[in-house]
Amino acid sequence: MIALLIRDLRLAVRAGGGFGLGLAFFLLVAVLVPLGVGPEGRVLAMIAPGILWVGALLACLLSLDRIFALDFEDGSLDLLATAPIPLEGVVAVKALAHWLVTGLPLTLAAPVLAVLLNLPVSGFGWLVLSLAIGTPALSVIGAFGAALTVGLKRGGLLLSLLVLPLYVPTLIFGAEVVRRGTAGLETGTPLALLAAITLASAALLPFAAAAAIRVNLR
Amino acid sequence: MSSLWEYANPQKFMGLSGRMLPWTAALSSLCLTTGLIWGFFFTPDDFRQGSTVRIIYLHVPAAMMAINAWVMMLVASLVWLIRRHHVSALAAKAAAPVGLIFTLIALVTGALWGQPMWGTWWAWDPRLTSFLILTLFYFGYIALWSAIEDPDTAADLTGVLCIVGSVFAVLSRYAVNFWNQGLHQGASLSLDRQENISDVFWFPLLVCIAGFVLLFVALVLLRTRTEIRARRLSALLARERMG
Repeated sequence: MIALLIRDLRLAVRAGGGFGLGLAFFLLVAVLVPLGVGPEGRVLAMIAPGILWVGALLACLLSLDRIFALDFEDGSLDLLATAPIPLEGVVAVKALAHWLVTGLPLTLAAPVLAVLLNLPVSGFGWLVLSLAIGTPALSVIGAFGAALTVGLKRGGLLLSLLVLPLYVPTLIFGAEVVRRGTAGLETGTPLALLAAITLASAALLPFAAAAAIRVNLR
Repeated sequence: MSSLWEYANPQKFMGLSGRMLPWTAALSSLCLTTGLIWGFFFTPDDFRQGSTVRIIYLHVPAAMMAINAWVMMLVASLVWLIRRHHVSALAAKAAAPVGLIFTLIALVTGALWGQPMWGTWWAWDPRLTSFLILTLFYFGYIALWSAIEDPDTAADLTGVLCIVGSVFAVLSRYAVNFWNQGLHQGASLSLDRQENISDVFWFPLLVCIAGFVLLFVALVLLRTRTEIRARRLSALLARERMG
Protein backbone atom coordinates (compact mmCIF):
# COMPACT_ATOMS: atom_id res chain seq x y z
CA MET A 1 0.00 0.00 0.00
CA ILE A 2 2.87 2.33 0.79
CA ALA A 3 4.41 1.45 -2.56
CA LEU A 4 1.14 2.37 -4.23
CA LEU A 5 1.02 5.65 -2.34
CA ILE A 6 4.56 6.53 -3.40
CA ARG A 7 3.81 5.55 -7.00
CA ASP A 8 0.72 7.76 -7.08
CA LEU A 9 2.56 10.68 -5.53
CA ARG A 10 5.39 10.35 -8.05
CA LEU A 11 2.97 10.19 -10.94
CA ALA A 12 1.12 13.24 -9.68
CA VAL A 13 4.28 15.30 -9.27
CA ARG A 14 6.19 14.18 -12.33
CA ALA A 15 3.52 13.52 -14.93
CA GLY A 16 2.83 17.20 -15.28
CA GLY A 17 -0.19 19.36 -14.77
CA GLY A 18 -2.05 17.76 -11.92
CA PHE A 19 0.04 18.91 -9.02
CA GLY A 20 0.32 22.65 -9.50
CA LEU A 21 -2.91 23.05 -11.39
CA GLY A 22 -5.21 22.96 -8.38
CA LEU A 23 -3.10 25.51 -6.54
CA ALA A 24 -3.01 27.83 -9.53
CA PHE A 25 -6.76 27.54 -9.88
CA PHE A 26 -7.22 28.35 -6.20
CA LEU A 27 -5.03 31.43 -6.62
CA LEU A 28 -7.02 32.51 -9.68
CA VAL A 29 -10.30 32.27 -7.80
CA ALA A 30 -8.89 34.40 -5.00
CA VAL A 31 -7.74 36.98 -7.57
CA LEU A 32 -10.86 36.99 -9.68
CA VAL A 33 -13.35 37.42 -6.86
CA PRO A 34 -12.10 40.87 -5.76
CA LEU A 35 -11.99 41.89 -9.42
CA GLY A 36 -15.62 40.87 -9.66
CA VAL A 37 -17.08 42.22 -6.43
CA GLY A 38 -14.90 45.30 -6.02
CA PRO A 39 -11.91 46.05 -3.81
CA GLU A 40 -13.75 47.14 -0.68
CA GLY A 41 -12.07 45.45 2.30
CA ARG A 42 -15.12 45.10 4.48
CA VAL A 43 -17.12 43.25 1.82
CA LEU A 44 -14.19 41.00 0.98
CA ALA A 45 -13.56 40.16 4.61
CA MET A 46 -17.21 39.20 4.97
CA ILE A 47 -17.24 36.79 2.03
CA ALA A 48 -13.63 35.57 2.38
CA PRO A 49 -14.40 32.36 4.36
CA GLY A 50 -16.98 31.25 1.83
CA ILE A 51 -14.89 32.17 -1.21
CA LEU A 52 -11.82 30.40 0.11
CA TRP A 53 -13.81 27.27 0.86
CA VAL A 54 -15.59 27.29 -2.50
CA GLY A 55 -12.25 27.90 -4.22
CA ALA A 56 -10.62 25.00 -2.41
CA LEU A 57 -13.57 22.80 -3.30
CA LEU A 58 -13.45 23.67 -7.00
CA ALA A 59 -9.68 23.28 -7.11
CA CYS A 60 -10.12 19.84 -5.58
CA LEU A 61 -12.77 19.00 -8.17
CA LEU A 62 -10.41 19.80 -11.06
CA SER A 63 -8.10 16.90 -10.49
CA LEU A 64 -10.66 14.28 -9.41
CA ASP A 65 -10.98 12.49 -12.73
CA ARG A 66 -7.26 11.78 -12.63
CA ILE A 67 -7.64 9.58 -9.57
CA PHE A 68 -8.76 6.53 -11.53
CA ALA A 69 -9.08 7.52 -15.19
CA LEU A 70 -5.39 7.19 -16.15
CA ASP A 71 -5.05 3.86 -14.39
CA PHE A 72 -8.25 2.69 -16.03
CA GLU A 73 -7.00 3.59 -19.49
CA ASP A 74 -3.64 1.87 -19.28
CA GLY A 75 -5.05 -1.17 -17.52
CA SER A 76 -3.22 -0.82 -14.21
CA LEU A 77 -6.56 -0.52 -12.44
CA ASP A 78 -7.33 -4.11 -13.49
CA LEU A 79 -4.03 -5.18 -11.98
CA LEU A 80 -4.76 -3.28 -8.80
CA ALA A 81 -8.18 -4.90 -8.61
CA THR A 82 -6.62 -8.36 -8.78
CA ALA A 83 -3.73 -7.49 -6.47
CA PRO A 84 -3.57 -9.03 -3.00
CA ILE A 85 -4.53 -5.79 -1.25
CA PRO A 86 -8.29 -5.19 -1.16
CA LEU A 87 -9.71 -2.73 -3.64
CA GLU A 88 -11.15 -0.72 -0.74
CA GLY A 89 -7.58 -0.18 0.44
CA VAL A 90 -6.52 0.89 -3.05
CA VAL A 91 -9.31 3.47 -3.09
CA ALA A 92 -8.34 4.78 0.32
CA VAL A 93 -4.67 5.06 -0.67
CA LYS A 94 -5.55 6.83 -3.90
CA ALA A 95 -7.79 9.26 -2.05
CA LEU A 96 -4.97 9.89 0.40
CA ALA A 97 -2.54 10.51 -2.46
CA HIS A 98 -5.04 12.91 -4.01
CA TRP A 99 -5.34 14.75 -0.72
CA LEU A 100 -1.56 14.98 -0.32
CA VAL A 101 -1.14 16.60 -3.74
CA THR A 102 -4.23 18.86 -3.68
CA GLY A 103 -5.87 19.21 -0.28
CA LEU A 104 -2.68 19.65 1.71
CA PRO A 105 -1.10 22.30 -0.56
CA LEU A 106 -4.43 24.14 -0.65
CA THR A 107 -4.55 24.13 3.13
CA LEU A 108 -1.03 25.47 3.40
CA ALA A 109 -1.56 28.11 0.71
CA ALA A 110 -4.89 29.29 2.09
CA PRO A 111 -3.51 31.91 4.55
CA VAL A 112 -1.63 33.64 1.73
CA LEU A 113 -4.81 33.91 -0.29
CA ALA A 114 -6.69 34.95 2.84
CA VAL A 115 -4.45 38.03 2.91
CA LEU A 116 -5.58 38.88 -0.62
CA LEU A 117 -9.19 38.58 0.48
CA ASN A 118 -8.63 40.68 3.59
CA LEU A 119 -9.65 37.99 6.06
CA PRO A 120 -8.93 39.18 9.62
CA VAL A 121 -5.79 37.60 11.08
CA SER A 122 -7.82 35.99 13.85
CA GLY A 123 -9.44 33.78 11.21
CA PHE A 124 -6.20 32.38 9.70
CA GLY A 125 -5.80 29.61 12.23
CA TRP A 126 -9.42 28.55 11.85
CA LEU A 127 -9.12 28.60 8.06
CA VAL A 128 -6.11 26.30 8.08
CA LEU A 129 -7.64 24.07 10.73
CA SER A 130 -10.99 23.74 8.96
CA LEU A 131 -9.34 23.05 5.59
CA ALA A 132 -7.00 20.50 7.17
CA ILE A 133 -9.96 18.69 8.70
CA GLY A 134 -12.38 19.14 5.81
CA THR A 135 -10.35 18.63 2.61
CA PRO A 136 -9.75 14.90 3.25
CA ALA A 137 -13.52 14.47 3.02
CA LEU A 138 -13.46 16.26 -0.34
CA SER A 139 -10.84 13.83 -1.63
CA VAL A 140 -12.68 10.73 -0.41
CA ILE A 141 -16.07 11.87 -1.72
CA GLY A 142 -14.36 12.82 -4.96
CA ALA A 143 -12.76 9.39 -5.21
CA PHE A 144 -16.24 7.90 -4.93
CA GLY A 145 -17.51 10.14 -7.75
CA ALA A 146 -14.46 9.30 -9.85
CA ALA A 147 -15.08 5.59 -9.27
CA LEU A 148 -18.66 5.97 -10.50
CA THR A 149 -17.66 7.70 -13.72
CA VAL A 150 -14.38 5.90 -14.45
CA GLY A 151 -15.79 3.85 -17.31
CA LEU A 152 -17.22 6.83 -19.16
CA LYS A 153 -15.45 8.50 -22.02
CA ARG A 154 -16.55 12.01 -21.17
CA GLY A 155 -17.08 11.67 -17.46
CA GLY A 156 -15.60 15.00 -16.42
CA LEU A 157 -18.70 17.16 -16.44
CA LEU A 158 -20.90 14.40 -15.11
CA LEU A 159 -18.39 13.90 -12.30
CA SER A 160 -18.85 17.51 -11.16
CA LEU A 161 -22.61 17.15 -11.33
CA LEU A 162 -22.49 14.05 -9.15
CA VAL A 163 -19.88 15.23 -6.68
CA LEU A 164 -20.87 18.84 -6.02
CA PRO A 165 -24.17 18.03 -4.26
CA LEU A 166 -22.25 15.59 -2.07
CA TYR A 167 -19.88 18.40 -1.08
CA VAL A 168 -22.65 20.53 0.39
CA PRO A 169 -22.41 19.48 4.07
CA THR A 170 -18.60 19.72 4.09
CA LEU A 171 -18.73 23.18 2.57
CA ILE A 172 -21.37 24.42 5.01
CA PHE A 173 -19.57 23.26 8.13
CA GLY A 174 -16.12 24.22 6.85
CA ALA A 175 -17.06 27.79 5.98
CA GLU A 176 -19.06 28.06 9.20
CA VAL A 177 -15.98 27.22 11.27
CA VAL A 178 -14.02 30.04 9.64
CA ARG A 179 -16.90 32.49 9.91
CA ARG A 180 -17.46 31.79 13.59
CA GLY A 181 -13.77 31.63 14.36
CA THR A 182 -13.16 35.00 12.70
CA ALA A 183 -16.02 36.55 14.64
CA GLY A 184 -14.65 35.09 17.86
CA LEU A 185 -17.62 32.81 18.43
CA GLU A 186 -17.62 29.24 19.66
CA THR A 187 -16.53 26.84 16.89
CA GLY A 188 -16.69 23.47 18.62
CA THR A 189 -19.95 22.29 17.06
CA PRO A 190 -19.21 22.88 13.36
CA LEU A 191 -15.65 21.67 13.85
CA ALA A 192 -16.85 18.43 15.41
CA LEU A 193 -19.44 17.95 12.66
CA LEU A 194 -16.84 18.63 9.97
CA ALA A 195 -14.53 16.06 11.54
CA ALA A 196 -17.44 13.63 11.74
CA ILE A 197 -18.10 13.99 8.01
CA THR A 198 -14.44 13.42 7.19
CA LEU A 199 -14.11 10.38 9.43
CA ALA A 200 -17.36 8.80 8.33
CA SER A 201 -16.60 9.39 4.65
CA ALA A 202 -13.12 7.95 5.03
CA ALA A 203 -14.53 4.93 6.82
CA LEU A 204 -17.49 4.14 4.56
CA LEU A 205 -17.06 5.63 1.10
CA PRO A 206 -14.05 3.47 0.05
CA PHE A 207 -16.45 0.50 0.18
CA ALA A 208 -18.96 2.21 -2.09
CA ALA A 209 -16.19 3.39 -4.41
CA ALA A 210 -14.65 -0.08 -4.60
CA ALA A 211 -18.06 -1.54 -5.42
CA ALA A 212 -18.45 1.00 -8.21
CA ILE A 213 -14.99 0.19 -9.60
CA ARG A 214 -15.78 -3.53 -9.60
CA VAL A 215 -18.92 -2.80 -11.60
CA ASN A 216 -16.97 -0.65 -14.03
CA LEU A 217 -14.27 -3.27 -14.53
CA ARG A 218 -16.80 -6.04 -15.13
CA MET B 1 -49.55 -18.05 -0.49
CA SER B 2 -48.09 -15.73 -3.05
CA SER B 3 -45.34 -13.41 -1.94
CA LEU B 4 -44.49 -9.91 -3.05
CA TRP B 5 -41.32 -11.18 -4.69
CA GLU B 6 -43.33 -12.95 -7.36
CA TYR B 7 -43.87 -9.60 -8.99
CA ALA B 8 -40.14 -9.36 -9.54
CA ASN B 9 -40.93 -11.59 -12.50
CA PRO B 10 -41.46 -9.13 -15.39
CA GLN B 11 -44.27 -11.27 -16.79
CA LYS B 12 -46.24 -11.19 -13.55
CA PHE B 13 -45.41 -7.54 -13.01
CA MET B 14 -46.72 -6.64 -16.44
CA GLY B 15 -49.93 -8.53 -15.71
CA LEU B 16 -50.55 -6.93 -12.34
CA SER B 17 -49.47 -3.44 -13.35
CA GLY B 18 -51.59 -3.64 -16.48
CA ARG B 19 -54.63 -4.34 -14.32
CA MET B 20 -53.70 -1.71 -11.71
CA LEU B 21 -52.79 1.11 -14.04
CA PRO B 22 -56.28 2.17 -15.23
CA TRP B 23 -57.61 2.11 -11.67
CA THR B 24 -54.82 4.15 -10.14
CA ALA B 25 -54.91 6.61 -13.03
CA ALA B 26 -58.69 7.01 -12.79
CA LEU B 27 -58.68 7.29 -8.98
CA SER B 28 -55.84 9.78 -9.15
CA SER B 29 -57.65 12.05 -11.59
CA LEU B 30 -60.82 11.73 -9.53
CA CYS B 31 -59.01 12.69 -6.33
CA LEU B 32 -57.09 15.52 -7.97
CA THR B 33 -60.17 16.98 -9.67
CA THR B 34 -62.24 16.79 -6.48
CA GLY B 35 -59.47 17.99 -4.22
CA LEU B 36 -58.35 20.87 -6.42
CA ILE B 37 -61.87 22.13 -7.21
CA TRP B 38 -62.86 21.79 -3.56
CA GLY B 39 -59.69 23.51 -2.47
CA PHE B 40 -59.68 26.28 -5.05
CA PHE B 41 -63.35 27.24 -5.04
CA PHE B 42 -65.03 25.99 -1.89
CA THR B 43 -62.66 26.86 0.93
CA PRO B 44 -62.57 30.21 2.74
CA ASP B 45 -59.63 32.63 2.45
CA ASP B 46 -57.03 32.42 5.14
CA PHE B 47 -57.22 35.41 7.48
CA ARG B 48 -53.62 36.39 6.87
CA GLN B 49 -52.63 34.82 3.57
CA GLY B 50 -55.84 35.63 1.71
CA SER B 51 -56.49 33.45 -1.28
CA THR B 52 -52.80 32.65 -1.82
CA VAL B 53 -53.25 29.91 0.77
CA ARG B 54 -54.79 27.81 -1.99
CA ILE B 55 -51.40 27.03 -3.47
CA ILE B 56 -51.03 24.62 -0.56
CA TYR B 57 -53.11 22.09 -2.50
CA LEU B 58 -50.35 21.76 -5.07
CA HIS B 59 -47.30 22.74 -3.06
CA VAL B 60 -47.58 20.41 -0.08
CA PRO B 61 -48.50 17.18 -1.94
CA ALA B 62 -45.81 17.82 -4.57
CA ALA B 63 -43.17 18.42 -1.91
CA MET B 64 -44.20 15.31 0.02
CA MET B 65 -44.07 13.16 -3.08
CA ALA B 66 -40.74 14.65 -4.17
CA ILE B 67 -39.17 13.26 -1.00
CA ASN B 68 -41.17 10.02 -1.05
CA ALA B 69 -40.12 9.41 -4.64
CA TRP B 70 -36.48 9.50 -3.60
CA VAL B 71 -37.20 7.10 -0.73
CA MET B 72 -38.95 4.78 -3.17
CA MET B 73 -35.90 4.96 -5.46
CA LEU B 74 -33.68 4.15 -2.49
CA VAL B 75 -35.74 1.07 -1.61
CA ALA B 76 -35.89 -0.04 -5.24
CA SER B 77 -32.11 0.43 -5.60
CA LEU B 78 -31.49 -1.63 -2.48
CA VAL B 79 -33.75 -4.40 -3.80
CA TRP B 80 -31.85 -4.35 -7.09
CA LEU B 81 -28.42 -4.41 -5.46
CA ILE B 82 -29.35 -7.17 -3.01
CA ARG B 83 -31.74 -9.39 -4.95
CA ARG B 84 -30.94 -8.45 -8.56
CA HIS B 85 -34.52 -8.04 -9.70
CA HIS B 86 -34.51 -6.09 -12.94
CA VAL B 87 -38.02 -4.73 -12.46
CA SER B 88 -36.83 -3.01 -9.32
CA ALA B 89 -33.96 -1.27 -11.07
CA LEU B 90 -36.24 -0.16 -13.86
CA ALA B 91 -38.79 1.15 -11.36
CA ALA B 92 -36.09 3.27 -9.72
CA LYS B 93 -35.10 4.59 -13.13
CA ALA B 94 -38.74 5.29 -13.96
CA ALA B 95 -39.39 7.15 -10.71
CA ALA B 96 -36.51 9.62 -11.02
CA PRO B 97 -37.95 12.04 -13.63
CA VAL B 98 -41.33 11.94 -11.88
CA GLY B 99 -39.67 12.85 -8.60
CA LEU B 100 -37.70 15.60 -10.31
CA ILE B 101 -40.88 17.13 -11.73
CA PHE B 102 -42.55 17.03 -8.31
CA THR B 103 -39.51 18.76 -6.83
CA LEU B 104 -39.70 21.45 -9.48
CA ILE B 105 -43.45 21.88 -8.93
CA ALA B 106 -42.82 22.35 -5.22
CA LEU B 107 -40.08 24.92 -5.91
CA VAL B 108 -42.09 26.87 -8.48
CA THR B 109 -45.35 26.95 -6.52
CA GLY B 110 -43.34 27.94 -3.47
CA ALA B 111 -41.75 30.82 -5.37
CA LEU B 112 -45.14 31.95 -6.67
CA TRP B 113 -46.50 31.94 -3.14
CA GLY B 114 -43.40 33.50 -1.63
CA GLN B 115 -43.46 36.54 -3.90
CA PRO B 116 -46.68 38.08 -2.45
CA MET B 117 -46.28 36.61 1.05
CA TRP B 118 -42.60 36.92 1.90
CA GLY B 119 -41.94 39.64 -0.67
CA THR B 120 -39.36 37.51 -2.45
CA TRP B 121 -39.30 34.67 -4.96
CA TRP B 122 -36.47 32.95 -3.27
CA ALA B 123 -34.87 32.95 0.17
CA TRP B 124 -31.97 30.82 1.38
CA ASP B 125 -34.20 29.16 3.89
CA PRO B 126 -33.21 25.64 5.02
CA ARG B 127 -36.24 23.96 3.47
CA LEU B 128 -35.88 25.79 0.18
CA THR B 129 -32.16 25.16 0.06
CA SER B 130 -32.48 21.47 0.80
CA PHE B 131 -35.08 21.18 -1.94
CA LEU B 132 -32.70 22.82 -4.36
CA ILE B 133 -30.04 20.32 -3.31
CA LEU B 134 -32.54 17.49 -3.79
CA THR B 135 -33.10 18.78 -7.34
CA LEU B 136 -29.35 18.54 -7.95
CA PHE B 137 -29.35 14.96 -6.66
CA TYR B 138 -32.16 14.09 -9.05
CA PHE B 139 -30.27 15.68 -11.95
CA GLY B 140 -27.11 13.78 -11.10
CA TYR B 141 -28.99 10.50 -10.79
CA ILE B 142 -30.78 10.92 -14.12
CA ALA B 143 -27.59 12.08 -15.83
CA LEU B 144 -25.70 9.01 -14.61
CA TRP B 145 -28.46 6.72 -15.90
CA SER B 146 -28.36 8.29 -19.33
CA ALA B 147 -24.56 8.41 -19.51
CA ILE B 148 -23.94 4.67 -19.18
CA GLU B 149 -24.81 2.42 -22.08
CA ASP B 150 -24.85 -1.03 -20.51
CA PRO B 151 -28.17 -1.23 -18.60
CA ASP B 152 -26.94 -3.48 -15.77
CA THR B 153 -23.83 -1.38 -15.15
CA ALA B 154 -26.01 1.73 -15.14
CA ALA B 155 -28.42 0.13 -12.68
CA ASP B 156 -25.58 -0.87 -10.35
CA LEU B 157 -23.84 2.48 -10.40
CA THR B 158 -27.00 4.54 -10.02
CA GLY B 159 -28.05 2.24 -7.20
CA VAL B 160 -24.81 2.94 -5.35
CA LEU B 161 -25.18 6.65 -6.08
CA CYS B 162 -28.75 6.60 -4.76
CA ILE B 163 -27.68 5.05 -1.45
CA VAL B 164 -24.73 7.36 -0.90
CA GLY B 165 -26.78 10.31 -2.15
CA SER B 166 -29.55 9.55 0.34
CA VAL B 167 -27.12 9.72 3.24
CA PHE B 168 -25.70 13.01 1.99
CA ALA B 169 -29.15 14.43 1.22
CA VAL B 170 -30.24 13.83 4.81
CA LEU B 171 -26.93 15.25 6.02
CA SER B 172 -27.42 18.35 3.88
CA ARG B 173 -30.94 18.77 5.22
CA TYR B 174 -29.61 19.11 8.76
CA ALA B 175 -26.50 21.01 7.73
CA VAL B 176 -28.54 23.80 6.13
CA ASN B 177 -30.68 23.96 9.27
CA PHE B 178 -27.51 24.78 11.09
CA TRP B 179 -26.42 27.29 8.47
CA ASN B 180 -29.43 29.57 8.32
CA GLN B 181 -32.59 30.22 10.26
CA GLY B 182 -35.81 29.45 8.51
CA LEU B 183 -38.44 31.66 6.98
CA HIS B 184 -40.61 28.71 5.96
CA GLN B 185 -43.43 27.82 8.34
CA GLY B 186 -43.10 24.64 10.35
CA ALA B 187 -45.05 21.44 9.92
CA SER B 188 -48.77 21.97 10.32
CA LEU B 189 -50.07 18.58 9.28
CA SER B 190 -48.50 16.43 11.99
CA LEU B 191 -50.87 14.05 13.69
CA ASP B 192 -49.37 14.52 17.12
CA ARG B 193 -49.42 18.28 17.47
CA GLN B 194 -51.83 20.55 19.26
CA GLU B 195 -51.93 23.37 16.75
CA ASN B 196 -52.53 22.21 13.22
CA ILE B 197 -54.09 23.41 10.03
CA SER B 198 -57.85 23.96 10.27
CA ASP B 199 -60.12 21.14 9.10
CA VAL B 200 -61.58 23.38 6.38
CA PHE B 201 -58.21 23.25 4.58
CA TRP B 202 -57.16 19.87 5.89
CA PHE B 203 -59.80 17.71 4.18
CA PRO B 204 -59.36 18.96 0.61
CA LEU B 205 -55.61 18.82 1.19
CA LEU B 206 -55.88 15.18 2.22
CA VAL B 207 -57.77 14.44 -0.99
CA CYS B 208 -55.07 16.21 -3.00
CA ILE B 209 -52.31 14.29 -1.23
CA ALA B 210 -54.09 11.03 -2.04
CA GLY B 211 -54.40 12.21 -5.64
CA PHE B 212 -50.67 12.96 -5.86
CA VAL B 213 -49.73 9.60 -4.33
CA LEU B 214 -51.93 7.80 -6.84
CA LEU B 215 -50.59 9.95 -9.66
CA PHE B 216 -47.06 9.01 -8.67
CA VAL B 217 -47.94 5.31 -8.54
CA ALA B 218 -49.68 5.49 -11.91
CA LEU B 219 -46.81 7.36 -13.58
CA VAL B 220 -44.18 5.03 -12.16
CA LEU B 221 -46.15 1.96 -13.22
CA LEU B 222 -46.61 3.40 -16.69
CA ARG B 223 -42.96 4.34 -17.03
CA THR B 224 -41.74 1.02 -15.63
CA ARG B 225 -43.93 -0.80 -18.15
CA THR B 226 -42.43 1.33 -20.89
CA GLU B 227 -38.92 0.52 -19.66
CA ILE B 228 -39.68 -3.20 -19.58
CA ARG B 229 -41.07 -3.08 -23.11
CA ALA B 230 -38.05 -1.10 -24.30
CA ARG B 231 -35.78 -3.70 -22.72
CA ARG B 232 -37.67 -6.54 -24.43
CA LEU B 233 -37.52 -4.72 -27.71
CA SER B 234 -33.77 -4.24 -27.55
CA ALA B 235 -33.38 -7.92 -26.61
CA LEU B 236 -35.47 -8.92 -29.64
CA LEU B 237 -33.47 -6.65 -31.91
CA ALA B 238 -30.22 -8.07 -30.60
CA ARG B 239 -31.49 -11.59 -31.19
CA GLU B 240 -32.52 -10.70 -34.73
CA ARG B 241 -29.11 -9.27 -35.49
CA MET B 242 -27.47 -12.44 -34.21
CA GLY B 243 -29.80 -14.83 -35.98
